[in-house]
Amino acid sequence: MDAFNSIILILDATLRNATPLIFAALAGMFSERSGIVNIALEGLILVSAFAGASAAYYTGSPWMGLLAGMMVSVMFAQLHAFATVTHNGDQVVSGLAINILAAGLTASVGNYWFKQGGNTPNLVSRADDLNARFEPIVLPFADALADVPIIGGLYSELLSGHYILVYLAFAAVPLCWFVLFRTKFGLRLRATGENPQAVDTTGISVTQVRYLALLVCGMLAGFAGVYLAVALTAQFSPNMSAGKGYMALAALIFGKWRPKTTMLACLLFGALQAIADRSQGAIILGFEVPVQLVEALPYILTVVLLGGFIGRAVAPKAIGKPYVKERA
Amino acid sequence: MSQHYIPAWITVVVIPLANVAMAAFAAALVFWYLNINPLDALQAMVYGAFGSSYGWGYTLYYMTSYIFTGLAVAVVFQAGMFNIGGEGQAYIGALGVGLVCLGLGGHVPLIVLLPISIIAAFVFGGLWALIPAWLQATRGSHIVITTIMFNFIAASLMNYILINYLKPADTMSVESAVFDPSSWIPKMHEAFALVGISIDRSPLNLSMFWALFVAFAVWVFLWRTRWGYEVRAMGSNPSGARYGGISIPKTVIMIMVIGGGLAGFMALNVVQGEAHQIKLNLVNQIGFTGIAVALMGRNHPLGIVLASLLFGFLTQGGSELQFEYSVDARIVVVLQGLVILFSGALQNMMKHPIERLYLRLASQRKEPSEEHAAEA
Repeated sequence: MDAFNSIILILDATLRNATPLIFAALAGMFSERSGIVNIALEGLILVSAFAGASAAYYTGSPWMGLLAGMMVSVMFAQLHAFATVTHNGDQVVSGLAINILAAGLTASVGNYWFKQGGNTPNLVSRADDLNARFEPIVLPFADALADVPIIGGLYSELLSGHYILVYLAFAAVPLCWFVLFRTKFGLRLRATGENPQAVDTTGISVTQVRYLALLVCGMLAGFAGVYLAVALTAQFSPNMSAGKGYMALAALIFGKWRPKTTMLACLLFGALQAIADRSQGAIILGFEVPVQLVEALPYILTVVLLGGFIGRAVAPKAIGKPYVKERA
Repeated sequence: MSQHYIPAWITVVVIPLANVAMAAFAAALVFWYLNINPLDALQAMVYGAFGSSYGWGYTLYYMTSYIFTGLAVAVVFQAGMFNIGGEGQAYIGALGVGLVCLGLGGHVPLIVLLPISIIAAFVFGGLWALIPAWLQATRGSHIVITTIMFNFIAASLMNYILINYLKPADTMSVESAVFDPSSWIPKMHEAFALVGISIDRSPLNLSMFWALFVAFAVWVFLWRTRWGYEVRAMGSNPSGARYGGISIPKTVIMIMVIGGGLAGFMALNVVQGEAHQIKLNLVNQIGFTGIAVALMGRNHPLGIVLASLLFGFLTQGGSELQFEYSVDARIVVVLQGLVILFSGALQNMMKHPIERLYLRLASQRKEPSEEHAAEA
């Protein structure tokens, strides 16, 4: 029974850890499928976490936080589009600029606003009668079933009691699949990432498609940041994204730029993180695996996959190249 | 067709300066918003960075690190690739330097130890770049992604090594033992004191001269050797280079190992010159700043030395701002981000208007003389 309980706890943490990765990886999917490398995910998470926490603090509503976080994230994503699509700038350089800018701006503006070393005040404070954090959602009958063996653990512990954003993340996966693979917009977006010349020839504006792709990217990345600051912790602290944007990028590659496999990669990485957080390491087949190896495993696996040693990750064909219209 | 000709001074001087001016303007807006007069801030920064031998010491100390990580990015840029792994390569380079100092410090004199630690910094940093390079060269994995991943893997690896092997049992914080003082690279103020000149204590140490020498050596390598020519040929036209008989995989691996080694040199300055022990997170974004330095320095060693001085000034001046205005020290990071944005990502934004302006002015000046010619 103890083993069952600890597995449930690890799976529970897996869902929590995977949520920001799923949002950010889906965000990256829209960008990269349209042909724009997006290492700016890290920065988008950070700015939306900051804007989300600040807005939630001032308005007292987590939903206003979500709105503000998404808006600011979209602004930065559009900056990425402005640099890489309008001005044909290097996509990696632009992403890096956004990440560095995000790290600096959130800390300095946060320090100027709140004078707490870059942190926002706590979003839950009894003294100020403030509760601007998302509340966990208890699914129907969860309390009644809590004591039933097995089912109680699976349903009441594992599935129930998460923040609404966790459920939204898993709902977003089929939704993004539908948009990308079953709508005209999705078809155009994917075609732009594979062969922008062909898209241009049919009279569709490559520029417009890519700006729209980055708009969606910004919105989804906003969910990831707001989840970190307004749900998981009730506060923004500088650099709280802590590499999650890069890990989401790794998950996107590991999932071969497809929604379902990317979600599975996020769950795998989330589980590794949960194992690393819970213990000083893991014992696999009698060997003691150091906790640092568990932490590094997502990156190692991605490198191994990229090397073509386990399957093949084929990126969208036109990724990374600015599209310059030919002029007669 | 003289009207399509853009002289070099426009490309090399005017456009980069216009980009920096844009970044400075954006930075001024940020300062203004944070309730700091930008001109006062600039004055405080200049005073903090250049107003005393203490300020100079810190500025040049930061410059030394940035020269190494900037060159690490620039040499790989010359081959048309992006080395975003300076962070991890410098960290592993620190392991090499640290192992040499821990193992040989106190047993051999500095004159023997120093060449070994220099080689160790280069070899360890270079080896950390070797795997991404090999994967790019032979299996086509994108070097940007693999070097990002290797930064994280390096962080975990160093964490493991520090906790399990290098941390003395009686300390709480995660760092190695302090090296034997005989293995430390002498500080500049000590060296100056030997010849009777007194300057303030600062972290600045003799590795600055090594940085300047390495910058010169990189210039010689890139523009005066066959290998350097092959690197630049690959950077400007990979298929042409391949057709000309240059082995692309070999060049990729060579230049990445050199880049990694250059990043590893940073540890000479930070670890052997200043901290005298391997600390957690010792690289602290210096690898990423190297990207900004390389962009601003236009991937040329001389430009990189100048850009490193600028970033050394920003780092030191920015930390002075913290005392002066109680502004967060990470305001420097904003400045770095703006420079990368305007000098890197948005470099074309100012290019076309400036070129158009030049062409218009040039044609206006030419028209009267053409009329004269017609009259005659």
